[in-house]
Amino acid sequence: MTAVLDAGMAPHPRLSPMTWVRIFSRMLAIQGSWNYETLIGNGIAFCVEPALRQLPGGIKAREFKEALTREGAYFNAHPYLAAVAVGALARVELSGVPPDRIERFRTALCGPLGSVGDRLVWAGWLPLCSLIALLIFGLGGGASVVLGVFLVLYNAGHLALRVWGLHVGWTRGLNVASALANPVLRQGPAYVARAAAFAAGIAVPFTAARLLGHHVALLGVVLGSAALGAAALVRLHGRVEGYKLALVLIALFALVSVAR
Amino acid sequence: MIELAPIALLGGLFGLDVVCFPQMMFSRPLVAATVAGAFAGNTATGMFVGVAMELIALATLPFGASRYPEWGSAAVVGGAVAAALEPGKPGALTLGVLAGLATAWAGGLSLVQLRIWVAWLARRRRPALDAGSRGAVLSLQLAGLTGDLVRAAAVSALSYAMLFPVARAAQGVWTLSDSVSRSFVVSVAAAVAGTVAWTIFHSTRGARWYFAAGLLIAVLGLLVR
Repeated sequence: MTAVLDAGMAPHPRLSPMTWVRIFSRMLAIQGSWNYETLIGNGIAFCVEPALRQLPGGIKAREFKEALTREGAYFNAHPYLAAVAVGALARVELSGVPPDRIERFRTALCGPLGSVGDRLVWAGWLPLCSLIALLIFGLGGGASVVLGVFLVLYNAGHLALRVWGLHVGWTRGLNVASALANPVLRQGPAYVARAAAFAAGIAVPFTAARLLGHHVALLGVVLGSAALGAAALVRLHGRVEGYKLALVLIALFALVSVAR
Repeated sequence: MIELAPIALLGGLFGLDVVCFPQMMFSRPLVAATVAGAFAGNTATGMFVGVAMELIALATLPFGASRYPEWGSAAVVGGAVAAALEPGKPGALTLGVLAGLATAWAGGLSLVQLRIWVAWLARRRRPALDAGSRGAVLSLQLAGLTGDLVRAAAVSALSYAMLFPVARAAQGVWTLSDSVSRSFVVSVAAAVAGTVAWTIFHSTRGARWYFAAGLLIAVLGLLVR
């Protein structure tokens, strides 16, 4: 481990606070050039570029151009956890790690940063924050409270994850894989999913009740129909997207109402 | 048509947030439709449309390169359409959600086209990118961001321009009662949200018991109210 650490980390580079600000603000736009061929490859180069300016000779040097070309190649990761890659790749580029080793390291980072982020954020944290906001709505919360709680709560987790990713990537460099064994990343998705399941159980009935307004006497019928509809959708899983089915059903309903 | 400018601006900004910048979830229907409703002069109606759309959007998981609806500009259109309809008459919630879902579908298609266009731009810049040109990297990123902003603004403005007159005409001849209209939309939205619970049960051991506990609390809470 020490040999790997030494090979990957020496000499210890330093970045100015302004460079960190540039990298972090660019990370918010990491998916700006997302496409089906290189995915966020160009985004990685875009984010690492402020750090690469510190390579010997600056932006005119061969080292800078070669590093930028390497970092712009195909890359796939969850956009928030891509911060881990950005930090680690900036570190190894500035530490003079051999190019072939950087490319292998870069390839190895792709898979885990995608799957862990998807489970933790898209399938966990986002639905949980959304359901908490819906519960507040269901309990009678006003627009400012509902939106405020959702945005503050969600972005506290979102920004913390980006900052943590950048920090851990930069400090561990080539050894960043061990950071992905962090309990938050390994067990966090399961805890967040249980919390989201609990929140869903409470939030959906309360939300439906408030949406019905003074027709709340129909709540039992609505929830019963929703349960049957959900069961039918689950049986169709993979063959039809929920929002498309909702679009068709509501369009037919509107047609009936207009044409009667 | 003067209202198209703020709708295009809002739709552009919220649509940009979905993927490109800054992904802080201003683009969630709950937020975007409420803000659009406020701009159109009826925050509460915008929020109700946003909540119904949020229940439906919960089932969308934007994994990797999967194709998904674009909720940012969609929620702006849904919220603005419902808020601009006559508030006392039935059908506003239904028509707002319908306009939002139709825009989400169109927005998703436009997002795919944007990604194809960005790939084309990247191929054109390939020699410069392969030579490590800093300018090529920055300009590709900027082009993608600008393209997404323009795409989302155009989707919002076009959808609103096409759907609002249809929604206003439909509300004028709407025959079903407010209770039936609301119940139908809420049932559909809650059904789609229910599939999220199944997805969680499927992937996490014991989650169904947490859901059941939450449901029990909700039922007791609603009975007490």
